[in-house]
Amino acid sequence: MQRTLKKYFIVFTLPTLIAFAIAFVIPFVYGIYLSFCSFTTVTDTKWVWFDNYIKAFSNNKEFLNALWFTAKFAVVALVSINVFAFLLSLALTRKIKGTNIFRTIFFMPNLIGGIVLGYIWQCIINGVLSKFDLYLLSDSKYGFWGLVILMNWQMVGYMMVIYIAALQNVPSDLLDAAKVDGAGAMQRLRYITIPMVMPSITICTFLTLSNSFKLFDQNLALTAGAPAKQTQMLALDIYNTFYGRNGFEGVGQAKAVMFFVLVAVIAFTQLRFTRSREVES
Amino acid sequence: MKKKLISMLMILVVAAIYLTGCGDSDSKKASNDGTKKGKVYYLSFKPESDQIWQNIAKEYQKEKGIEVKVVTAANGTYEQTLKSEIAKSDAPTLFQINGPVGYQNWKDHCLDLKDTDLYSWLIDKNMAVKDGDGVYGIPYVVEGYGIIYNEEIMDKYFALSDKAVDINSTSEIKSFDMLKKVAEDMTAKKDKLGIEGVFASTSLLPGDDWRWQTHLANLPIYYEYKDKGINDTDKLEFKYAENFKNIFDLYINNSCTKPQMLGSKSVVDSMAEFALGKVAMVQNGNWGWSQIAETKGNVVKEDKVKFLPIYTGMPEEEKQGLCIGTENFFCINSKASKEDQQASIDFIQWLYNSDYGKKTVTNDLKFISPFSTFKDDEKPTDPLAKEVIKYMSDTSLNTVSWNFTSFPSQTFKDNFGAGLLQYANGKESWDDLKAAVIKDWEAEKTATK
Repeated sequence: MQRTLKKYFIVFTLPTLIAFAIAFVIPFVYGIYLSFCSFTTVTDTKWVWFDNYIKAFSNNKEFLNALWFTAKFAVVALVSINVFAFLLSLALTRKIKGTNIFRTIFFMPNLIGGIVLGYIWQCIINGVLSKFDLYLLSDSKYGFWGLVILMNWQMVGYMMVIYIAALQNVPSDLLDAAKVDGAGAMQRLRYITIPMVMPSITICTFLTLSNSFKLFDQNLALTAGAPAKQTQMLALDIYNTFYGRNGFEGVGQAKAVMFFVLVAVIAFTQLRFTRSREVES
Repeated sequence: MKKKLISMLMILVVAAIYLTGCGDSDSKKASNDGTKKGKVYYLSFKPESDQIWQNIAKEYQKEKGIEVKVVTAANGTYEQTLKSEIAKSDAPTLFQINGPVGYQNWKDHCLDLKDTDLYSWLIDKNMAVKDGDGVYGIPYVVEGYGIIYNEEIMDKYFALSDKAVDINSTSEIKSFDMLKKVAEDMTAKKDKLGIEGVFASTSLLPGDDWRWQTHLANLPIYYEYKDKGINDTDKLEFKYAENFKNIFDLYINNSCTKPQMLGSKSVVDSMAEFALGKVAMVQNGNWGWSQIAETKGNVVKEDKVKFLPIYTGMPEEEKQGLCIGTENFFCINSKASKEDQQASIDFIQWLYNSDYGKKTVTNDLKFISPFSTFKDDEKPTDPLAKEVIKYMSDTSLNTVSWNFTSFPSQTFKDNFGAGLLQYANGKESWDDLKAAVIKDWEAEKTATK
């Protein structure tokens, strides 16, 4: 069995490997190469060393502003999404009537695409704000909180499902034993449930964090960075630099490479951190 | 069993990928064989006339047997689309630039068109985009903009007994002061006139702000260039910022929409407000007629739609006419094959010289053509185009040229628009805006060199 596997290894994996190389490895390496080039079309490039990286910071404050806005958003979204998702999953694992219906309903927003959601929430928020003679672009804070609400609405259901699965796997004998020993509801949550669902917390925080950093469609559809690029996130800034300005394709590419490094570093650190808190039952 | 099924599926998927891959290259080969005659690939700029271009392509293919492909870039994404399309092996052979600044970006791809018939037909040779001896972009339309007004509402105002001015028709408005007096008095009497405001919404929604950061901004720049006798500059003084503020303030304060709500309005909204008779004036160009005419429930009468020059409080502005020019120039891809280049040139020349082509240009695309092949009775007949032609031929007026083709970049315009929005929202002072525009102009001019 082992030998036949080895014999056919190449036959079975080669197509996938080729596909992986074409669709991922080659573009990725080529992308890094491009970030050191000045170009308009990707087939006609000129090597310029670190020029693009310098321009990304020196030309204007857009990149740093976007970075700051994204970081703020990521923190707020990370906390709010996970808190709401966890609370919902706690509520929906207590044998209340109609639990399944609620789970389905909370999960549904996740099935709608980001662009559509962005436009829907744009209408809702503008509708509410127009009562006060304001609208989404009056101030960047509306765009920020609008984005937070939107992302919560979209992501909470998904995270909730993950938490529900984890909560249902917490051994009831542990909880019962704690109850017999006189632990209160909060104590049971703090010392048994949370450590037991830590793997899910790892996954959920990873997903929310990397999703918030990479957020694009929702940002584009809701505010498109307006007013005055104050609500522009990193991904949108990269897109606008690359496509919005001639002669800045290389700068956009350089920003994209830095963006990749940043997301990778943050995600790995966060994974390490939450992993270290996981326990075995 | 399950494993077997999955592996079978995988094999099928892989096989399918291989097969479709082959299919693709086959079809490419087939089309390559047929290219001896040359083919045309036009990347069109205006989404609103996509259908018309598709029909033109079909007609040409029927008549001459040459393959014409027309692809239209989505609104506001022309540069992006062109950038990715031109990198392909099947690149556009015919595309367009928006003037000298656009030419700087695409000069490696622009063919010299000096010896074409098309260039020889061009009435005003100064309009073409030139570089040294070569001609690289040929304008294919002339457009004009100003303040469009609904004469019916204006006449209603001038018939009022308690009006604050002593003139009796809109054509007597010859200066900013008069325009301001009329507009402010009309705002005070808007209930009597049955309107919601004098001016349609100053649409500042990002992407819908080009009427201000490009068209309106053209006026102060035009006068600054004129004073200095130049047609481009690396350092803008923004000498007439105050004049820009005059008219901009007038627009936003006498509008049917509160200034702080303007960022939620689009061009379509403003044109609809005008078409529905909610407002008396709207700044736009002759291309706006189709939007007015196609609005459902439109109450504007065709013979009552007229143009007024945009007055900003400049000296001797009674002699100022409309802003007339173009930012649509045809370019032929210099990196396409010889046959394709020739086919593309033939295609445009056919469009602007054959009976069918001319009829389509005038009646469907509604272009005022800049070429001598068009006779007087072949010019468009919609009210706004007629007004533009009238202003153009009035030699007592100075036509304001389109100097915004020398604006540094789209980024400059977008930042300007964002600044205007912040100003309308009351978040930024005029002085800050002015300083930002000057600084941005210089930065963008250097950055795009």
